[in-house]
Amino acid sequence: MLTDVNMTINGREVSGKVEARTLLVEFIRDHLKLTGTHVGCDTTQCGCCVVHVDGRAVKSCTILALQARGTSVTTIEGLAKPDGSLHPMQEAFREHHGLQCGFCTPGMVMMGIDIARRHPNADEHTVRHELEGNICRCTGYQGIVEAIVDASRTMATAGEKV
Amino acid sequence: MQDFTFHMPAAVADASGLLGSCEDPKLIAGGMTLLPTLKQRLAEPTDLIDLGAIADLKGIRREGEHIVVGAMTCHADVAASELVLSTIPGLAMLAGQIGDPAVRHRGTIGGSCANADPAADYPAGIVGLGATVVTNQREIAGDDFFVGLFETALEPGEIITAMRFPVPKWSHYMKLRHPASGYAVVGVMIVDTGAGVRVAVTGAGPSAFRVTAMEEALSADFSAKAIDAIKVDADGLNADMHASAAYRAHVIGVLAKRAIAARR
Amino acid sequence: MGQFGIGQPVRRKEDVRLLTGKGVYTDDVNIDGQVFAVFVRSPQAHATINSIDIQPALAAEGVIAIYTGDDLAADGVGTLETEVEMSDLAGNPMFRPKRTLLATGKVRFLGEPVAVVLAETQEQARAAAELVMVDYDQLPSIASTSGAVDPSSPPVWPEHGSNVSVHWENRPASEIDVHMERAKTRVTVDIVNNRLVPNPMEPRAAVAQFDAETGVMTLYAPTQGGRRIQGGLAKGILKIPADKMRVISQDTGGGFGIRGKLYPELGVVCWAARRSGRPVKWRGDRSETFVSDYHGRDQVNHAEMGLDENGRVVALKVHTILNVGAYMGENGPRLPISGGGRIIPGVYDIANFYFSVKPVFTNTVPTDTYRGAGRPEANFLMERLMDAAADATGLSRDEVRRRNVIRQDQMPYMTQMGLLIDSGDFIGNMDMAMEHSDWKGFEARRKDSEKTGKLRGIGIGNFVEAAGGRPTEEMRVRISPDGKATVFAGTYSHGQGHETVYAQLIEEYLGVPFADVSLVQGDTATSPMGSAGTFGSRSSWMGGLGIRKSSDAVIAKGRKIAAKLLQGEEEGVTFENGVFSAGAGSVTIQEVAKAAQEPKNLPEGMEPGLDESFHVKRDAELFNFPNGCHVCEVEVDPDLGIVQIVRYTAVDDCGVVLNPFIVHGQVYGGVAQGIGQALTENTVYDAEGQLMTGSFMDYGMPKAQHFSHIEALFNEVPCKTNELGVKGAGEAGACGAPSAFVSAVMDALKPYGIRHLDMPLTPDRVWQAIAEAKSDKAA
Repeated sequence: MLTDVNMTINGREVSGKVEARTLLVEFIRDHLKLTGTHVGCDTTQCGCCVVHVDGRAVKSCTILALQARGTSVTTIEGLAKPDGSLHPMQEAFREHHGLQCGFCTPGMVMMGIDIARRHPNADEHTVRHELEGNICRCTGYQGIVEAIVDASRTMATAGEKV
Repeated sequence: MQDFTFHMPAAVADASGLLGSCEDPKLIAGGMTLLPTLKQRLAEPTDLIDLGAIADLKGIRREGEHIVVGAMTCHADVAASELVLSTIPGLAMLAGQIGDPAVRHRGTIGGSCANADPAADYPAGIVGLGATVVTNQREIAGDDFFVGLFETALEPGEIITAMRFPVPKWSHYMKLRHPASGYAVVGVMIVDTGAGVRVAVTGAGPSAFRVTAMEEALSADFSAKAIDAIKVDADGLNADMHASAAYRAHVIGVLAKRAIAARR
Repeated sequence: MGQFGIGQPVRRKEDVRLLTGKGVYTDDVNIDGQVFAVFVRSPQAHATINSIDIQPALAAEGVIAIYTGDDLAADGVGTLETEVEMSDLAGNPMFRPKRTLLATGKVRFLGEPVAVVLAETQEQARAAAELVMVDYDQLPSIASTSGAVDPSSPPVWPEHGSNVSVHWENRPASEIDVHMERAKTRVTVDIVNNRLVPNPMEPRAAVAQFDAETGVMTLYAPTQGGRRIQGGLAKGILKIPADKMRVISQDTGGGFGIRGKLYPELGVVCWAARRSGRPVKWRGDRSETFVSDYHGRDQVNHAEMGLDENGRVVALKVHTILNVGAYMGENGPRLPISGGGRIIPGVYDIANFYFSVKPVFTNTVPTDTYRGAGRPEANFLMERLMDAAADATGLSRDEVRRRNVIRQDQMPYMTQMGLLIDSGDFIGNMDMAMEHSDWKGFEARRKDSEKTGKLRGIGIGNFVEAAGGRPTEEMRVRISPDGKATVFAGTYSHGQGHETVYAQLIEEYLGVPFADVSLVQGDTATSPMGSAGTFGSRSSWMGGLGIRKSSDAVIAKGRKIAAKLLQGEEEGVTFENGVFSAGAGSVTIQEVAKAAQEPKNLPEGMEPGLDESFHVKRDAELFNFPNGCHVCEVEVDPDLGIVQIVRYTAVDDCGVVLNPFIVHGQVYGGVAQGIGQALTENTVYDAEGQLMTGSFMDYGMPKAQHFSHIEALFNEVPCKTNELGVKGAGEAGACGAPSAFVSAVMDALKPYGIRHLDMPLTPDRVWQAIAEAKSDKAA
């Protein structure tokens, strides 16, 4: 049985028909073809699927699309400005070599923004602990941590409200 | 995942009615445990009743000498609540150590307690703080709520609506994280209620339990030294490839002493 | 050269794409009309398959087809086989079983695929897979590495009789015994080198499409370069010409050695697409990745080392048992002894060396190359021996190493295993690492830690590895009429930043601006025929050299065209910074590229275009030798057994550094995987062969909080055997980190007399050791 679902994704109203069991990440990837959000595990551990639901970081593999009805969702595709200029967090990841293969990256960036919002001018220790739910196999986290620390400053200064 | 019928009632009474009328229903709160379980097909309910739209179940408020946390309040909100931080800092501390930030944005106090995972953090808080579990049918003392492995005192059809915590004089929570899952290998909640000390442990047994020997010693003398000689019996404690029962028994003592030492 | 030339910390070209969600990984690929494949996997470690009943599943909603191993066999589908051949000293060959893509007759490890279900949707396929009824008769199983050498262990391959596939030795042990006997001091170590699940973050997936008209099979899958997979699938499995097999990997979410392999699922998905006439998509989930990706490491080592009165090693004997799993991976069985793995005795000058290796079968997932592939194990063993030697001789840990390392004046140095180490400053590495880690100031820091109840330790680990992998590679460089350059590569960047580094090389060699260079990779339809892929830390060398030589060919051709354009003699034309000059005249490479399209501009007989390839072929025995010294500092909480890294200094000699930014990234990542092995990761099978650590809930992936900031430095000694002077970088960190870390923890635990613990040093394990040491003392 299909049920109507509607939400705002990256500022755009979207609607569709889904099975009840459809996960938010499946709606995003399979229905909307926004494939920047990834699935790296089936136990809610890896964080590759992190998106923002009503401004908060959420693992989109562990929420039903129907549970997200009426919310505003931001995915990695919704960060850069229309002119292509990157969000400060994306920029910082690039500057600090915060990615290699790129698979965990969308989740890391989305989580990084969430961390920076909750911890303006975050220090290294805080960021390392806040990354408990995001796994990277390539970078040793060094560039990721540096990027989030750096961007948390930029965002605090700019009054970042993405 | 097997498909199911999804319901999003607006009131507890409606949810309760659905529990009675559906074939094999399950409540879903934050879904942090339930959805992975469904994905692995370890459970296949016919109906999922989402409590997320019931406004009454959310929020934190003070009621006299109690703090009432709605069952659908997420961990992040408890951890960041000014009210909780100023009255029961140990509870905020506990909530802030559950899972990871994204999990804390979805996972709820009611869901966590109803699931009664032996390694979940909240049971230590419910038992340690002497909370009352408020349901749509009755009130259950925290001490009586967790009855075994993934087993609670909840009756079929019963829905947790809130947790009511008495404001203690002092509280503190310490945890040894599981290296992979982040669950509590051992979590210790120590509470000075004003009338005595309560020590509750999660992660180490089939369900949260109190260490009465420590409570008695600490009620007489609130110092790390007072419990130095108290050894928790490893018999009956959980053992797995990450932590032996002996290690868990030992860690309870260490965390308890460290929690006590944190009191200024 | 300019800001984008060799050696510059250029920011990566690939990042904007990956940071904005525009990467295309295999699960992002969908083909119209595709069906979904789900594998039925064995829940048993070892069992006879009595029967497979597919009828109930076939009747399920949405099911298109269900195939078993019998269907594959009936259609003549090939089997997988290891590339390795080894024999014992008497010449008896290794037992090399073949593996069918789907198990037939027996299952030999938990997770082995038995059947595949195709259905219209993923969920339908999954539901139907549960209805496939396989009747098993459980057989006794063996998972233990050391247990498998026991002749009474349940045989995985009764046709061979023993679980030991071969007993390989480099020479008779007696030849070394005479040297061992004259040693003044002897030390022994016993090490379990723990089994790891490599776990790239992208779970495995595949999409296959068969075009019946052209006969072309196209496979999308995460790989480390498609050419080898293409060959294996075409020739070995599907029995079709290689040019009818196309393998595409657009983006791949991490490889680490294991994604370069030809897996059974890839063959099944391709064949099923041909058989069913529908494109087939398989999305493996993480649980499946745990039981179907090859695993890494899993050795048990016993070693004995003898030293003379000066602390010089006079003899070394190493006995290695390698768990190859139930089948033999492509390279699995040879990891300790060929290519890079034969790096024992590491950075040390040891003349008398005996090495025994027993690859053993067990009822576990096969093991194969994982970041370092034998080299981390070898270096770890040597460094544990050196620490033991320091204890036994009373020399400091660095002094005993200094007395034994291969000195620069001994280079080039031929090792006992027949590797010619061309260069390396092993003493310099140690000096640099000890200085930057403030080794001298450690005692003061130890005392500070004591005040907070923590035990502080510092550890050192030298390493050298052999990099380069396969001896051939081919690269192609084209300058288009619009002046833009394209590199066509069969190497395959899956995180290593080739798009950036190759563009740096092109700017350096050809003067085409960095921004005007693009990379075409990841498609066997466009990659040069002679390519191999990216593994074994080989792309800077083999790919870089290919670009260098192709660029030389572009210049040589360009010079001829420029001579004609400038009306001069070819010999008088110079080339610098992208400009050909002759006398007062000059013409840019872009202009030459444009002119090269017009036959009238070309010398007689010359083909139009500026498009050159080069096939790099080196001696198969020639490697380069990345090396370094890492120093790790830890604090141990003795009450809880928790180890926290507080400082980490990595000195690496990766030869000439093409892009320090990217090479540092390789070092950090390697260190993290090394620390993961040493601190959090372990693969546990129970006695019944059930995998106890089959998800991220139980398998401890290292997280950000497990690390401190890593200070990474280069002690750059150019490689003498390649024109670029480069050495590998990808695997070095994984070689250096485990030994530095364990050495540090043992230093911290010295007050308890604890001298060795097997990895991973989890809180429970460390606390247990301390508790036992305390009770021993009390008794």
